[in-house]
Amino acid sequence: MAATERDRQSELTIERTPPDTLALVLAGSWTLSDAMPSADTALASLASGDHRIAFDAQGVTEWDSGLVSFAVNVVRAGEERKLEVDRSGLPEGVQKLLALAFAVPEVDSSRGAPERGSFTRWVGETTLRAVGALSDTVTFVGELTLSFVRLLTGRAQFRRLDLLATIQDTGARALGIVSLISFLVGLILAYIGAVQFQMFGAEIYVANLVGIAMAREMAAIMTGIIMAGRTGAAFAAQLGTMTVNEEIDALSTFGFAPIDFLVLPRMLALVLMMPLLTIYANVLGIAGGMLVGLSFGISPIQYWNQTVEFLSLTDFAVGIFKGGVFGVLVAVSGCMRGMQCGRSASAVGEATTSAVVTAIVAIIVADAIFAVLLSTLGI
Amino acid sequence: MAKETHIEVRDVTMAYGDFVIQRDLTFDIRRGDVFIIMGGSGCGKSTLLRHMIGLKSPAKGSISYQGVSFWDADAEHRIGLQRSFGVLFQSGALWSSMTLAENVMLPLGEYTSLTRSEAREIASLKLALVGLAGFDDFYPSEISGGMQKRAGLARAMALDPDVLFFDEPSAGLDPISSRRLDDLILELRTSLGATIVVVTHELQSIFSIADDCVFLDAETRTMIATGDPRKLRDESPIASVREFLNRGEVEPQPGGGAHG
Repeated sequence: MAATERDRQSELTIERTPPDTLALVLAGSWTLSDAMPSADTALASLASGDHRIAFDAQGVTEWDSGLVSFAVNVVRAGEERKLEVDRSGLPEGVQKLLALAFAVPEVDSSRGAPERGSFTRWVGETTLRAVGALSDTVTFVGELTLSFVRLLTGRAQFRRLDLLATIQDTGARALGIVSLISFLVGLILAYIGAVQFQMFGAEIYVANLVGIAMAREMAAIMTGIIMAGRTGAAFAAQLGTMTVNEEIDALSTFGFAPIDFLVLPRMLALVLMMPLLTIYANVLGIAGGMLVGLSFGISPIQYWNQTVEFLSLTDFAVGIFKGGVFGVLVAVSGCMRGMQCGRSASAVGEATTSAVVTAIVAIIVADAIFAVLLSTLGI
Repeated sequence: MAKETHIEVRDVTMAYGDFVIQRDLTFDIRRGDVFIIMGGSGCGKSTLLRHMIGLKSPAKGSISYQGVSFWDADAEHRIGLQRSFGVLFQSGALWSSMTLAENVMLPLGEYTSLTRSEAREIASLKLALVGLAGFDDFYPSEISGGMQKRAGLARAMALDPDVLFFDEPSAGLDPISSRRLDDLILELRTSLGATIVVVTHELQSIFSIADDCVFLDAETRTMIATGDPRKLRDESPIASVREFLNRGEVEPQPGGGAHG
């Protein structure tokens, strides 16, 4: 239909047919892309004596859902006011669509928009959710512990190949990013320190600063955070997708415990790899410091001697132990969120986000607890 | 018919929290039958299946296999029972990190004393039975949906199960593949002597394979009919059952009957 600019207008004329009928005369084009009058304007001219609404759509050149929606609104409004609505003047297609729209009574939208409750209600619901989440966490950790006992007694079933593949993925494949980040962290620490120490002519102490910071804190924390983003997220997404795809149900129906089969190898891999990655991060961090030392006139030999003299094995042990603990935290939060995942694509996204957030928060909180414990114990 | 009872469902109520899905379900499944669980969309058919295969425990009532109540048994016993089930999930649910052969071999390796090469031979055989000979080293993502379903069936048959469960086997399959799957189900029943439980609402499939069925109603939240679906179609005293089985084409009853 070659519609000129003038045709592309919805026209509504209201006529009154005696004794009590309001006739809506429609003309022109009634499509969603036109500016159509609303049902309210049409009904505004209803008089109190009117009992009937009729349509006359002979002049309509073009229509789509726009006209149907207009008609539905008129019919609804008419029924609300206990008026008789005569649909026979509408195009036949519109009449059929109207019949379809009104065939099934509208569902009472009790599940519609969430109710806006009071503040106390919100507090209550949030608390209940938090308690529920806590009990889920406790259950998961409990199941994991039982699974670990089964592992120690040799009754846990999982594929050795899965363990090896996960070790490769969490260990060797993470070396690149761990190298980059820890080298740069060492370098940054060294710059900050060197500029300050230079004022006292004590540049050599940069080695102490970088050494102790990397060994006790930064190597473990940075590796933990990298692993949370890299591996924790991957665990949550893998297990979440397996939940959606019923793969975990399939394991259960074969009598395999999903927690042994899926969580245990991931957990073991990360707990084995994290301390190793932490040691590696230490080396790279100190190397970063050494590079900065050069530009402040400290030779690598000097830097090395200073580091070796100052650092004790305990400092390294603390960092490596922390690394192992952070590995547990990352694996637990990743696997837990994955296993608790709902059955939809968006739930997988939420599980992944939540896994990373949980892991990072857990790492920082755990590190704070370590700081207090270690200083109390004097280690 | 003098077939012994294989599965007894007694007085089962299924619920998520306070929300009851179906209540008072009581029916028997005879050994060697093809038993259909049917009903309109959203009536809880698949949920009933999840209860029967031990993924969810009923709020009330018991499900027994050869007289052993699944949910009253201890964990060891339960795993033993589950091992005698083969389940084909709606999406196939193949383990995506393993090849088709590895999918079939995993239960074999765990529960039989076969060597790896023997297990591999059995896996190839099972895949050949479902028409997937030569696809041993493909990953699930590399084959079509219909093939994934058949591979899922090969895995379900891995341990020569006593009972095979199918969750909407023909969903997402073209008419010919779905017909072939029906034929396969009947062949398996004859050759393995297994009891077969199918959740479906595909009428053609129901009439070609069913021996017996239970009809779940979404409105009253309970079962409203059991028996041979062909007889129910013609003789059921309940209008909504007749209407469902006739695709709503006979005596459409205003306001009542089949939904969805």
